[in-house]
Amino acid sequence: MKRFWGFVVKEFLHIFRDYRTLLILFGMPAVQLILFGFVITNEIKDARIAVLDLSKDETTRQITEKITSSGYFLLDRNLHTYSEIEEAFREGDIKMVLVFEPDFARKLEKERIAHVQLIGDASDPNTANILVNYATGILNNYLFSMNAATIPLQIIPETRMMYNQELKGVFMFVPGLMAMLMMLISALMTSLSITREKELGTMELLLASPLRPMQIVVGKVFPYVFLAFIDACIIILLGYSVFGVPVRGSIALLLFENFLYISMALSLGILISCITNSQQLAMMISLVALMLPTILLSGFIFPVENMPKILQWLCHIMPPMYFIIIIKSIMLKGNGLFFIWKETLILIGFTLFFILLSVKKFKIRLA
Amino acid sequence: MRTILYIIQKEFIQVFRNKRMVPIIFVVPIVQLLILVNAATFEMKRITMAVVDLDLSGSSRQLTSKFQGSPFYRIISAPFSYEQAMEQMQKGEVDVILQIPNGFEKTLIKENHVGVQLVVNAINGASAGLINAYSTNIILDFNREILIEWLNPAELGGIRRIVTESSFWYNPKLNYTTYMVPGILVLLVTIVGLLLSGMNIVREKEIGTIEQINVTPIRKIEFIAGKLIPFWIIALFELAFGLVLGKLLFNIPIEGSLWLIFLSASVYLFVILGFGLLISTMTNTQQQSMLISFFFMVVFILMSGLFTAIESMPAWAQQADLANPLAYFIKIMRMVMLKGSTFADISNLFYSLVVYAVLIIGLAVWRYRKVA
Repeated sequence: MKRFWGFVVKEFLHIFRDYRTLLILFGMPAVQLILFGFVITNEIKDARIAVLDLSKDETTRQITEKITSSGYFLLDRNLHTYSEIEEAFREGDIKMVLVFEPDFARKLEKERIAHVQLIGDASDPNTANILVNYATGILNNYLFSMNAATIPLQIIPETRMMYNQELKGVFMFVPGLMAMLMMLISALMTSLSITREKELGTMELLLASPLRPMQIVVGKVFPYVFLAFIDACIIILLGYSVFGVPVRGSIALLLFENFLYISMALSLGILISCITNSQQLAMMISLVALMLPTILLSGFIFPVENMPKILQWLCHIMPPMYFIIIIKSIMLKGNGLFFIWKETLILIGFTLFFILLSVKKFKIRLA
Repeated sequence: MRTILYIIQKEFIQVFRNKRMVPIIFVVPIVQLLILVNAATFEMKRITMAVVDLDLSGSSRQLTSKFQGSPFYRIISAPFSYEQAMEQMQKGEVDVILQIPNGFEKTLIKENHVGVQLVVNAINGASAGLINAYSTNIILDFNREILIEWLNPAELGGIRRIVTESSFWYNPKLNYTTYMVPGILVLLVTIVGLLLSGMNIVREKEIGTIEQINVTPIRKIEFIAGKLIPFWIIALFELAFGLVLGKLLFNIPIEGSLWLIFLSASVYLFVILGFGLLISTMTNTQQQSMLISFFFMVVFILMSGLFTAIESMPAWAQQADLANPLAYFIKIMRMVMLKGSTFADISNLFYSLVVYAVLIIGLAVWRYRKVA
């Protein structure tokens, strides 16, 4: 046992000696959380639009005013002919063009119907779609206030946003960021640290020492459990204090699930290092096999339900997806174990599977 | 010049000697294109809904079937109470609950207006906004139908209507793939370029072979050129491979000139390779180098406008993006491939990249010391 602790101390020394890595390990969650929180947003704000007003009357001016004062749109320029639209899209940052037909106000009063055209720059389809939707909404509202006295039989939708009333993007990102960073620290760092000993040839020294192989592996992994745990706490604390992301459920349960996920990631890291011999390869495998699924196939940024069927299946064999479901459930919905026992069992299953597999592979290497 | 050629030859031999590296070079682009393009979508295709119909009248059923008819919605349950629906939302089974109150039809006729409740799971703020917009539009549509059905033309005539026609240029079907592919190609060359070059010199340091090179008469600039050019060629090859795949698999449009794409790519790659080199001159182990590359890459990618629009970032972040090479190149790729922009349209972006490349490579050469 004493030998084992000596080995753990050596590993800690290795990590703490390398202050640059340490700085990044602890700086990364802070920087990324702040980036995600402030910068990465799908909210539309000040999108530049152009107006082609062929009518130039009081009503069209009012509508334009309504649209530009909504905060979503910024009037970049006024166009005078249809042919200018193409040019505006191509050279400028114009995202949408609003076209009023000639005689707009008169038609609205006399014929009770008038036409507006919304042209979106759909080379970015997502933004175009949202902008056109928003503009339509503003037009409907304007019309509604105009007609207010005369419309009979109104159905009024009343919306309530559950769990995240202000629609903050950071609520989405905190759980995902935890999944990503802990995977990075646990799996990637462990696999690199073990393959490094192989590459430098010191692995043979370790194997020839009286330490048992099991002790070597556990000793290697131990410091990273510690580091990953600290990172998880940093994210939760920062999320709470800077962005107001709540922990509505039990903190003990949250920490337990974190611990489970870290164990899963570590056993995966051990598995990777058992089947590779160079750091470069370990890194490539980790990037393709770990980071890609953690960022993309987990519901971190992109909802799983929107993906094609095959990718959804793929998501279901990736541990991060379950972890993110668990974390969201505990932190944002305030659910207890009753709601997430299935996901928890799956994570335990993954952990056991990876450990068994690496024990098998590890023995083969020794032979 | 001959020295450079030897170094290049050595690097190529080293890359291709590693049997597992070759499949990675070919497999990574395929995997990325297939997975990223399909996974990275905000399109709402299937919104799961629970309808709590407390009225059970003709109109409330009509409203429900209106949602049923929409290709975006899937009504997965019709619980009898709000609490039941809420429990389903807690479990994460439904995205939105529609509650039609008791006496919906009667109130509508008697008081001329009535509310219906939408409860949206807003953990993902962006989708929640869209779900709300879609659902509200469907309800308003239904409202309009009822008006036309129930009122006589005289009453109807008093209501003013503005008809909005929306059209989407450059991508009329709002195909998200078309938008993603150019950006993902950028990601591809960036990952290959930055990681391979970032780890390369460090590896020689770690193994100790850098000293052997240091004692040879090779000049600094020759060494660096010899290290860069192989990865430059590999990355450009990846781009070509990715373009072919994109064309074959997704039939992405290439409106502008291919030459312009490759010209910008070759300049952009010098920036990225220079970055990798700079990182490897400043680190001592591959683990460090990888971690630093990864850190910068994540920051660059997230701020590049690949997944979220640059315009919606705060002003300081947009300023900071001036130092983000990915932002320039993604913009160039999208403009050239999707809108067919010409050199004149992208010249500002292009020259910025040139300046960037000169600066970063200059810095890397200056930082590299021929001492252990």
